[in-house]
Amino acid sequence: MDLVTPDFGLIFWTFISFAILFFVLKKFAWKPIVGTVNDREQSIRAALASAEAAKREMENLTADNERILKEARVEREAMMKEAREIKAKMIADAKDEAKIQADKMIENAQAAIENEKKSAIAELKNQVASLSVEIAEKVVRQELSDKDRQLKLVENMLDDATLN
Amino acid sequence: MKTTNFNVIKSLIFGLFFILSASPVLAISADSETKSEGEEEEFNVTDMIMHHVKDAHDFHILDWNGHAVSFPLPVILWTDNGLVTFMSSEFHHDDSGSVVVEKGGQKFVKYHEEIYYASDTPNSDGSFVNLDAEAHPVNAQPLDFSITKLVFSMFLSILLLLLIFGLSARKYDASGVPRGIAKFTEPLVLFIRDDVAIPNIGEKHYKRFMPFLLTLFFFIWINNIMGLIPFFPFSANLSGNIAFTFVLALITFVITTLVGNKDYWKHIFWMPGVPVPMKIFLAPIEFLGIFIKPISLMIRLFANITAGHIIVLSLISLIFIAKSVWVSPASVFFSVFISLIEVLVVAIQAYIFTMLSALYIGAAMEEHEHEHEH
Repeated sequence: MDLVTPDFGLIFWTFISFAILFFVLKKFAWKPIVGTVNDREQSIRAALASAEAAKREMENLTADNERILKEARVEREAMMKEAREIKAKMIADAKDEAKIQADKMIENAQAAIENEKKSAIAELKNQVASLSVEIAEKVVRQELSDKDRQLKLVENMLDDATLN
Repeated sequence: MKTTNFNVIKSLIFGLFFILSASPVLAISADSETKSEGEEEEFNVTDMIMHHVKDAHDFHILDWNGHAVSFPLPVILWTDNGLVTFMSSEFHHDDSGSVVVEKGGQKFVKYHEEIYYASDTPNSDGSFVNLDAEAHPVNAQPLDFSITKLVFSMFLSILLLLLIFGLSARKYDASGVPRGIAKFTEPLVLFIRDDVAIPNIGEKHYKRFMPFLLTLFFFIWINNIMGLIPFFPFSANLSGNIAFTFVLALITFVITTLVGNKDYWKHIFWMPGVPVPMKIFLAPIEFLGIFIKPISLMIRLFANITAGHIIVLSLISLIFIAKSVWVSPASVFFSVFISLIEVLVVAIQAYIFTMLSALYIGAAMEEHEHEHEH
């Protein structure tokens, strides 16, 4: 049956046609189309990769910021604590100093008072002594002149003495 | 610049189309001798269907008032005295060998769409062809390189393919974004790349075969589709012709044989991993397989497409067989239904041919790393 017998002319033309079609399409269609599609896919892949990299960079940056912030907070806290400690220490020191100063002043004052007292007592003693000597002198003198008068004088002097 | 080029192409195509569509008119005028005896002839379904699925020297468009309106095509013969060319209209639609065309001192007749050297004297029935006992002509034949209906259809398909894909390639902008027709063709190209070439041939080698696989797929597909369109200048059963599928299968066979590596030939002639008697037993089977694979390609496409044409034509013929117009609704319904299935089938057959070609090429290039393990 000639339905299944290949016809030579058609074989010839099919072969020629396919060859021409193949080379023309290869040059003017498949190379540009497949090339463009491949290039585009590559550029999409590159863009995705760079986006991914940018995202990672951003994440790193955020993490860095957070870390720095945390460190700053810790540092601030430490500084505040130190300041508080220094303040407390300064107050305590000042209190101690003041106490010592005050104690010293009181001590000095007490010493000064004691000295004054002592010197006052000494002076008093001297005055009493000189007064006594004076009285004794006067008494002696009165006694030496008149007996009544001597007596009177003693009495007067005694009165004076008591008035002093 | 690009647009002017494109306009030139457009006007060329339109011009060609007008010339083509005007030619049938010339064919009718050249065919003024009436042949009315055809009208009383009994309708022969087998003849009609065979006439449609086979090649012809002129492109029959329709019958008008008992005249066949057809598109004449050039007849190109390589004869004993060199090249002879004339238009097929010179046979005046005769297919029984009774109209003799005399060119370059030689006489030719056309009998059942084959061209023969005419006998010196006509037979009793007026035919210049001598038949043997089995009704086969015994006359000598020149080599026939005619632009037949199928060749014409093939040229048309090539024109369409060049137009579609040449245009698609120009429709990409600078950043590679497809526009217009490229939006439609790109998924098809990607389908061949991602679902046919890469899975069957592999990432490493597939790029070399992409142009072949793409050309093969679209060439088969467009001719399949053109065969489904039931009017001029389509309807030719090119991809259902054994010569066409033979050439395509032959190309696949040649490529497979050329790219086959050491492993491929070793697996054919000395199958590794099996005992020696088995190796000897398998060698002839595997050797035959080299040829059976492309032959199966050839027959599969031929049979599927021809079968599709025959079914649609048979369903339409039911009207003439039953000689009743009341059969036509059923007949039309079923032929539309089959045509819709055929739309699917032609795409699938183009895909299968391409996929199997890729598979055979891939198998020939496969590297068997696992062989070293055992």
